[in-house]
Amino acid sequence: MDLNDTPEQAAFRTNVRSWLEDNKADAPAASGDSGDTAWIDSRRAWQDKLAEAGLAGLTWPKEFGGQGLGPIEQVIVNQEIASAHVPGILDVIGIGMLGPCIIAHGTDEQKSRYLGPMLHGDEVWCQLFSEPAAGSDLAAVQTRAIENEDGSYAITGQKVWTTNAQFSSYGLILARTSPDKHKHKGLTMFIVPMEGEGITIRGLRQISGEAEFNEVFFDDFVVPAENVVGGVDNGWGTALTVLMYERLTIGLGSEGFGYRSDRFAEAVGQDEAAKSDPEVRQRLGDLAAELLAVRFTSYRTLTALSKGQIPGPESGLAKVTTVNAAIAAGELIADVVGPEALDEDSEWAYMISFLPGLKSAGGTEAILRNTIGERVLGLPPEPRLDKGIPFSELRAKEKEAVSA
Amino acid sequence: MNLALSDEQEFLRDAAKGALARFKTVEAAREALEDPSRLPDLWSTVVEAGWTGLLISEERGGAGLEAFDAMLVLEECGKVLAPTPLLGLLPASYLLDRGGDEACRAVADGEARPTLVAARPPGDLEGGWTVEAASGLARAEAPRIAADGSVTGSAAWVLDAPQATHFVVVGTDQAGNGAASVVEASAATVQDATRYDATRALGHVSFDGAPGRRLDVDDGQLAAAWYLGQALLGAESLGTVQTCLTMSVQYAKERFTFGRAIGSYQSIKHEITEVLRKQENARSLAFYAGWAGQDKPEEFGLAASAFRSSAGHALDFASRSNINVHGGIGATWEHDAPLFFRRAQLNRRLLGGAHDATDRIAGELFAAQAAAAA
Ligand SMILES: Cc1cc2nc3c(=O)[nH]c(=O)nc-3n(C[C@H](O)[C@H](O)[C@H](O)COP(=O)(O)OP(=O)(O)OC[C@H]3O[C@@H](n4cnc5c(N)ncnc54)[C@H](O)[C@@H]3O)c2cc1C
Repeated sequence: MDLNDTPEQAAFRTNVRSWLEDNKADAPAASGDSGDTAWIDSRRAWQDKLAEAGLAGLTWPKEFGGQGLGPIEQVIVNQEIASAHVPGILDVIGIGMLGPCIIAHGTDEQKSRYLGPMLHGDEVWCQLFSEPAAGSDLAAVQTRAIENEDGSYAITGQKVWTTNAQFSSYGLILARTSPDKHKHKGLTMFIVPMEGEGITIRGLRQISGEAEFNEVFFDDFVVPAENVVGGVDNGWGTALTVLMYERLTIGLGSEGFGYRSDRFAEAVGQDEAAKSDPEVRQRLGDLAAELLAVRFTSYRTLTALSKGQIPGPESGLAKVTTVNAAIAAGELIADVVGPEALDEDSEWAYMISFLPGLKSAGGTEAILRNTIGERVLGLPPEPRLDKGIPFSELRAKEKEAVSA
Repeated sequence: MNLALSDEQEFLRDAAKGALARFKTVEAAREALEDPSRLPDLWSTVVEAGWTGLLISEERGGAGLEAFDAMLVLEECGKVLAPTPLLGLLPASYLLDRGGDEACRAVADGEARPTLVAARPPGDLEGGWTVEAASGLARAEAPRIAADGSVTGSAAWVLDAPQATHFVVVGTDQAGNGAASVVEASAATVQDATRYDATRALGHVSFDGAPGRRLDVDDGQLAAAWYLGQALLGAESLGTVQTCLTMSVQYAKERFTFGRAIGSYQSIKHEITEVLRKQENARSLAFYAGWAGQDKPEEFGLAASAFRSSAGHALDFASRSNINVHGGIGATWEHDAPLFFRRAQLNRRLLGGAHDATDRIAGELFAAQAAAAA
């Protein structure tokens, strides 16, 4: 058991730290409004600088502009960025989840066209998966992609909760190409530009009042066949790759959100009365233990990854732990501080408003528990009504059930 | 970054599993509720396996291992409810070793069987050293230790007290500072307090000017002995959680109602997944406690308290959930679930109680903050 850096990792850390020391004067503010174009542009420029210095896409292969390093180096960079109090890359979704999917499933042309600008923040990406009637049940997407005579596809449908769509250049969209096949079999993944004829992006305000995500409408939006990623009607497998990277990004990135026991304790500890209140201490102790556990869970995950093993169940449940512990922290801090904690300029208001949504983002708690219960513990699945039926018939049945 | 067990640690763990598998400890735990003499005597196994000397340095006849290694053994004990004296003995042996005491070799060889009269170190709110009271929420003042090593005072719910040959008593000297003394069991009054969980030998101990041998240890080492106890109890609890989880999962696959295995119902599935989540969080904190014990002593108090608290919650939840999953049968002596429940009920209240460990997490975080500000 050894948490120390190897000599190579220590040298790497020193380099990262001194680069950040030399350059942090150029870093934009760590937080801002996602509707503020100037701030977003400064975040893009900062991502470019990080990429130039080799501090973005660490685990991407060198041939695509990455560093060909492991998850440990990625975590070292995350840690150093956090302790320098500067923001990290802007496009976490692109670099963490969608880029790796293109690397795994994309064509050579796609890789050489898209990965470079993604890495440098010149083109930000978004994930066009969820729809009004397909979130947890992602394979139920209804957005249609119909093949035209010239081999191009016309996309029609609605996506929702699309984070960053308002300033993205491209998105990966999951659409239905073959409605007569079973639900999971008739899906295809496409690269879509986020502007042009037949696309409308509308901001969706969240609890905080900010609109970090969007509704995106497609109306006969035409994309060429070369934009298919991973093969026609193979979209489910391609989507699973993205979801796998999503879990990993969330699992290893929670401290980057600032959900740390020492930070929360500091906030509570500023109030003398709270420091000696038995109930406050129990609540703080419990949530701190959960967050400390998450830190060591991520070290376990890294240990497994660096040995070429698949991380255990602990990483899948880390999201549940993190979100609930952070919610408990927000509640506790606001109980101690009082209503002022909810003011817009308070350090905590955004977190308190953001967390209820984070419970759903990247898989709801109920869905994660189903998955872990079945895949890890081997508990029997629930009976399902959507197996072995063509998607087109399934929709008709659902409608019948609602009207009955 | 490497949290993997070393080959030696895997060997230690597997050897512990193998040694304990020779006894029907769970069956014995039930029989002992009516007839305590039915418990297997694991003492010779504990000695032969070398566990008595785990934390004693090599030059004093032990194996010179770390807290984390001892935790691996305790986890195996917890899985099968093995009645070993290690929870009291190992922290006692740690202090004997740090104090360079002459008894170390006898302990390592199994000729002496010491146990710790554990005192909780001062925290950010309370100044003194305290021990378990026989009942009530308030803690009792730790025994007083005179300059000549003699001890006066009492402590309740002392682990392994009925069979111990020596008490390593943590208390305070005339100035109120932490101190420790080694007292022969024959010089103390011991009242057997083994009850709800027959596998857990406990006693109320009192000393009335009992002659003892002062140990040359500092407050940091005395505090470490308390936290070591927390970490070992956490490890033992973590082992017990795993058995509860295995039992629940197995039953959830086999038991059918309304034409379906009960494990396919979400209320059952999600409750069992919650056991897994709590178990894995506790395991992560076991690594934290083990790592801090070895490489980050200034965080050992925080890490061990967090581990004990988390493993305690995990066991509370797992032992109750196991009964829920089993329905009616889980609440009867026909089944093993009640034995694990009894263990959980007692664990929660030993060595300060789980809530006290939770409180200590907050205290340690505030103290670290004050230290950083200073
Ligand atoms: C902040 C935020 C950012 C997001 N960003 C993106 C993004 O960039 N791109 C994107 O594609 N999506 C994004 N999402 C969408 C997110 O993935 C979905 O919200 C999520 O998958 C849940 O789907 P849903 O909202 O349709 O809820 P539903 O699936 O309708 O679920 C409603 C409730 O029913 C429960 N439920 C559903 N099925 C089951 C079941 N089988 N068993 C038990 N309970 C069940 C759920 O747990 C939930 O409590 C984002 C969401 C949020 C909140």
